[in-house]
Amino acid sequence: MTTVTATPATAPAKHGARKVRKRGDRSPAASLALHLTLIVTSVIAVFPVLWVLLTSLKPAKFASTTDFFKETTFENYTNLIKDTEFLSWFGNSVIVAGLSTVIGVFVSATTGYAVSRFRFPGKRGLMWTLLVTQMFPVAVLIVPIYNIMSTMGLLNQPAGLVITYLTISVPFCAWMMKGFFDTIPREIDESGQVDGLTPFGTFWRLILPLAKPGLAVTAFYSFITAWGEVAYASAFMVGDENLTLAGGLQKFVNQYGAQWGPMTAASVLIAIPAALVFLFAQKHLVTGMSAGAVKG
Amino acid sequence: MAVHTSQSVAKAAGDDVARGRSRGTGNPPPPSRLRRALSVHWYAWTMVAPVVLVIGVIIGYPLVRGIWLSLTDADERNVARSIGVNKMPATYEFVGLDNYADALTGNQFLGTLGWTLVWTVSCVTITFCLGMALANILNRRIAGRSAYRMALILPWAIPGFVSVFAWRFLYNENNGLLNKMLGGAGIDGIPWLNDPTWAKFSVIAVNVWLGVPFMMVALLGGLQSIPSEQYEAAEMDGATAWQRFRHVTLPGLRPVSTTVVLLSTIWTFNMFPVIFLLTRGGPGEATQILVTQAYKFSFEISPRDFAQSSTWGVLILVLLMLFAMVYRRVLRTQGDNW
Repeated sequence: MTTVTATPATAPAKHGARKVRKRGDRSPAASLALHLTLIVTSVIAVFPVLWVLLTSLKPAKFASTTDFFKETTFENYTNLIKDTEFLSWFGNSVIVAGLSTVIGVFVSATTGYAVSRFRFPGKRGLMWTLLVTQMFPVAVLIVPIYNIMSTMGLLNQPAGLVITYLTISVPFCAWMMKGFFDTIPREIDESGQVDGLTPFGTFWRLILPLAKPGLAVTAFYSFITAWGEVAYASAFMVGDENLTLAGGLQKFVNQYGAQWGPMTAASVLIAIPAALVFLFAQKHLVTGMSAGAVKG
Repeated sequence: MAVHTSQSVAKAAGDDVARGRSRGTGNPPPPSRLRRALSVHWYAWTMVAPVVLVIGVIIGYPLVRGIWLSLTDADERNVARSIGVNKMPATYEFVGLDNYADALTGNQFLGTLGWTLVWTVSCVTITFCLGMALANILNRRIAGRSAYRMALILPWAIPGFVSVFAWRFLYNENNGLLNKMLGGAGIDGIPWLNDPTWAKFSVIAVNVWLGVPFMMVALLGGLQSIPSEQYEAAEMDGATAWQRFRHVTLPGLRPVSTTVVLLSTIWTFNMFPVIFLLTRGGPGEATQILVTQAYKFSFEISPRDFAQSSTWGVLILVLLMLFAMVYRRVLRTQGDNW
């Protein structure tokens, strides 16, 4: 790059004139600027969520006041649980999201492993299909999928939603897992085979335990996808007690019109499990993604 | 990328030997190619089978049916349906490419496409730049790094419909916090979601808010995989901070950034929930993107127009596939083997 014309003797002298800083050190002003940037962005990131939480703790009639706290109460929560089917929606969502996560992780892991390790006819096509699947607009799929589900008798059943959610989350997760498996040295597979493990045995006993960060990210992604999906959930599930949270909240918006109190309480209760899964996954998130999504 | 595992090579080779021998001794004809392929690849195929099956049924069939509907004049009044006990057979007809001709020559599709492109490009660009800046800051040694990281990833952890709801709450024209704060400062309230221009601004803002965490986490992972020796070497050569960013960080992030840009372009182009839950495409049709409009055709207008909805859906798919192919072609000419 730049040609160094200064002789070695003069270089330190020149440095000495300014304040010498080690790599990674920075001036207090720079530190302050960085912290300010981070604080401002963190506030923007957290505030909408925090505001919903604070609002849910105010009595419904004060929902649109700007005070942070006003007569803190849990009445929005108790009303929500007493007056609506919230708990059964919640249970339905747990079943649907839980199943989608478990099956989704398993299926994307096997697919990702096959694509990462083996060369087989149809592999390129499969990779393309996984990418193209993500381009499909919900609007085109929703009516035909509805018809399939009704033919198979899966409408209003958690299984129908689980299968649909797999088609959303698995393509991305399989890509991510493939990238992750690519970073695990092949020698490990080979040593497994030397020890007489079948390809499945190698995968199950040697590779999966090493792929935990990748699996954590996959689980997180599958869970969030299933937990927060609206369009299919409201189309496939009918009847008050069959709804998932996403569908339930929609109903709720109409039912309560412009009353924000109960809705904010519902939002908080919906966000908690997602945040818990997130907490569990977050320490793996960066490593998992770096190996995964990334090298696709 | 993928190389034969030594095992599958050995297996394939062994297979060839066996085959040669059997031919030599004049035994029954060698197993068919399919059988042979099956014996070599069966475990790979078994491992991908569930995905292929589910995608084939749940995506393949609807796709074929969608393409078929887009070539007909199907709408709510002429598809097969049952009224009480009477079953009405489908009476819609094949109309060839008429729907496509209508869509591509009319103003509605092209107008919506224009806004969809503006929406996609601005969302992806802003999200990428913010994600890049934050990832670079978080990659330094800085006090409270993990707390900042948690806070910044939070929007990703909250279900989309909850955060969109939170934003609607903030944007609310009369009672929303944003306008109350503006009011407190003596500024007139802004019709965040009720004025076409402001609504466009608002939906982009929300989508950026939702999208930054993914971008940031992916890029942060990429940054951590760049060896620090490269920075040290650059510094030895006297590179300034900007030059280090330009010539070490950016090339090092290339594999990550090409993938996340491709994915987030696809996702943003089809970002149904944000638009649908925030504005329903309104005011008027101001924030309607192609997907939400296609949804509207088949669910919200009367009579429901399945043919036109499918036509738009197929066009969306074609556009995105063209984009992905051009994108990959460009990458390949620049030396990526992806």
